[in-house]
Amino acid sequence: MRETSRRDFVAACFAGALLPQAPPKSRVVVARDSEKPDPARLLALLDRTVQALENRDSAREAWRNIVRPGETIGLKVNCLAGRGPGASTTPALVEAICERLQQAGVPAKNIIVFDRLNEDLESAGFRIQQRGGGIRVQGNDGWGYEADLMVYGSAGSLVSKALTRVCDAVINLPVLKDHSIAGVTLALKNMFGAIHNPNKYHVTAGNPYVADVFMLPPIRQKVRLSICEGLVAQYEGGPSYMPQWGWPFHGLIASRDPVALDYTGWQIIEKKRAEMGMKSLQELKRAPDYIATAAQRRLGTNDPRMIDRVEV
Amino acid sequence: MAAADARFVREASYYEKLPNRKIKCKLCPRECVIDDRERGYCGARENRGGAYYTLVHSRVCAANVDPIEKKPFFHFRPGTLAFSIATAGCNVNCKFCQNWEISQVRPEQTMSDYMPPQRAVEIARQNRCGAIAYTYSEPVIYYEYMLDTAAAAREAGIWSVVVSGGYVQQDPLKKLCPRVDAIKIDLKAFSDRFYKEVVNGELKPVLDTIVTIHASGTWNEIVYLVVPGLNDNEREFAALAKWVKGELGPDVPLHFSRFYPQYLLKNVPPTPVATLERAKAICDAEGLHYVYVGNVPGHPGENTYCPKCRKALVRRTGYTIDAIEIRRGKCKYCQQPIAGVW
Repeated sequence: MRETSRRDFVAACFAGALLPQAPPKSRVVVARDSEKPDPARLLALLDRTVQALENRDSAREAWRNIVRPGETIGLKVNCLAGRGPGASTTPALVEAICERLQQAGVPAKNIIVFDRLNEDLESAGFRIQQRGGGIRVQGNDGWGYEADLMVYGSAGSLVSKALTRVCDAVINLPVLKDHSIAGVTLALKNMFGAIHNPNKYHVTAGNPYVADVFMLPPIRQKVRLSICEGLVAQYEGGPSYMPQWGWPFHGLIASRDPVALDYTGWQIIEKKRAEMGMKSLQELKRAPDYIATAAQRRLGTNDPRMIDRVEV
Repeated sequence: MAAADARFVREASYYEKLPNRKIKCKLCPRECVIDDRERGYCGARENRGGAYYTLVHSRVCAANVDPIEKKPFFHFRPGTLAFSIATAGCNVNCKFCQNWEISQVRPEQTMSDYMPPQRAVEIARQNRCGAIAYTYSEPVIYYEYMLDTAAAAREAGIWSVVVSGGYVQQDPLKKLCPRVDAIKIDLKAFSDRFYKEVVNGELKPVLDTIVTIHASGTWNEIVYLVVPGLNDNEREFAALAKWVKGELGPDVPLHFSRFYPQYLLKNVPPTPVATLERAKAICDAEGLHYVYVGNVPGHPGENTYCPKCRKALVRRTGYTIDAIEIRRGKCKYCQQPIAGVW
């Protein structure tokens, strides 16, 4: 073996440092099932998704790469549209995630499920559970909001204490659907449910508000993973539940990069709209421009060349 | 409807039903199109199954007895106490809002009392208030409650005064004017850009509101809060003065009020008094008769002067009246009619 001189070694180190490093791509996993998954198939779908995302051979290892034992994990669901296929995050998906979190070392008492209001959660089939030593399920009307505003750019909001004081990390669980004002409502916009005044931020199709809200420190720092539920997706009429515009996508979309997820989800919705002979969101003047703004804020990437889309 | 909020919920006025359970609100120029289970920009009105509801009828989250000069009304029944009430919500988002903790939140995020119209009148009477003021947040948002309370107040011989940003459609405004006794409009600036960037509103509808109120004969005053670096340039003051003189005449009181750091503009210093004085001077020079410097207790610009003989007719220190020299609506000294409701 050729001996390396100290000079050669140092030179090699510097050469490596000076060579331009390609920025890492953002992985987005799109996992589909061939039929509507029952709970067992849903768990398998979830496992396939997360294993592919984290590049691990087992679900346990994949989740251990996402969460650490001892952390409190918040699941931010989307229950605005109430009950109905594709309307809201389903309790079945949440149960599957909670099962895997516990196997990864997060006890039930360290898991919370939250959204805007108790009423919203109940309307989507969740049972409010504020105490009892198990998984807590509660709206921000129970957790409360911070008293001091957090401000970034166009956003000035009170943030839910579920996020600021309870969770160490958040798993963001939006639903795959369009939005009649903002274009689409996916990972970025799902965090509107963590602030006190989302109704102020729908003007100008949510741009730049959606991006600026996500820049608020507790949100930006704690959202660790987004899993967009598309067992039944909706391409028109959102965020309300409009079954006539739902379609059985039978899938999940997951990413650590909320911008890349949103870009991917948007393309999926646009493709479906085109198949159904509908105008694009751009033509209807409600393209989700906030996704590009979020990319400018470096919340992630909307450049398809920088998105590693993995279909499983 | 949740039992807890049913008392506060009424079907809203001024909206239009759309396909797919959507509605379009027609109360303010924003004309929010709202999906089922969603609320409009104001946060206080909600689409439930394709019908639109106000969530704040009788849902009072702020109530105080204030002198009417605090609103400010300087030419309407000076010395009157006003039972001042508000619900949550607003249809703009002024970065300098001093009441953001009730205006920029949803009703369920405030501590509220159930105060139906008759109860509001009763409390006003108990506190010897000659007026009820719809104020603090944005009374356009609690339009139905304001109208019902004003009706009850009128029956009881109590005046109703409104403090509003004026961002309202013409139809509800024209219905409101004859049912109240005075309206003060917060004109945030005289520029579209300020309205867009700092208020999240529009200038023209507010100007139309002021013109409509004036034409209706309901007593009207205007407040312009001067924010350093944002709406304090002399060209804007001059343009405003010309507009007021041309559209309303010289007798509508115009208050230039001092800004103090608030809400999302805590980094902006208070308005220099000299800026307010300059604004007043520009408007005086244009021929406006009643131009005031506001929020500067003890400043001579808070007094009312006869436009003819220039004698001080109402001396004020803050919200306190020190002397009134107006007799039957005229200057005590030279008999010049003094615009107002005395």
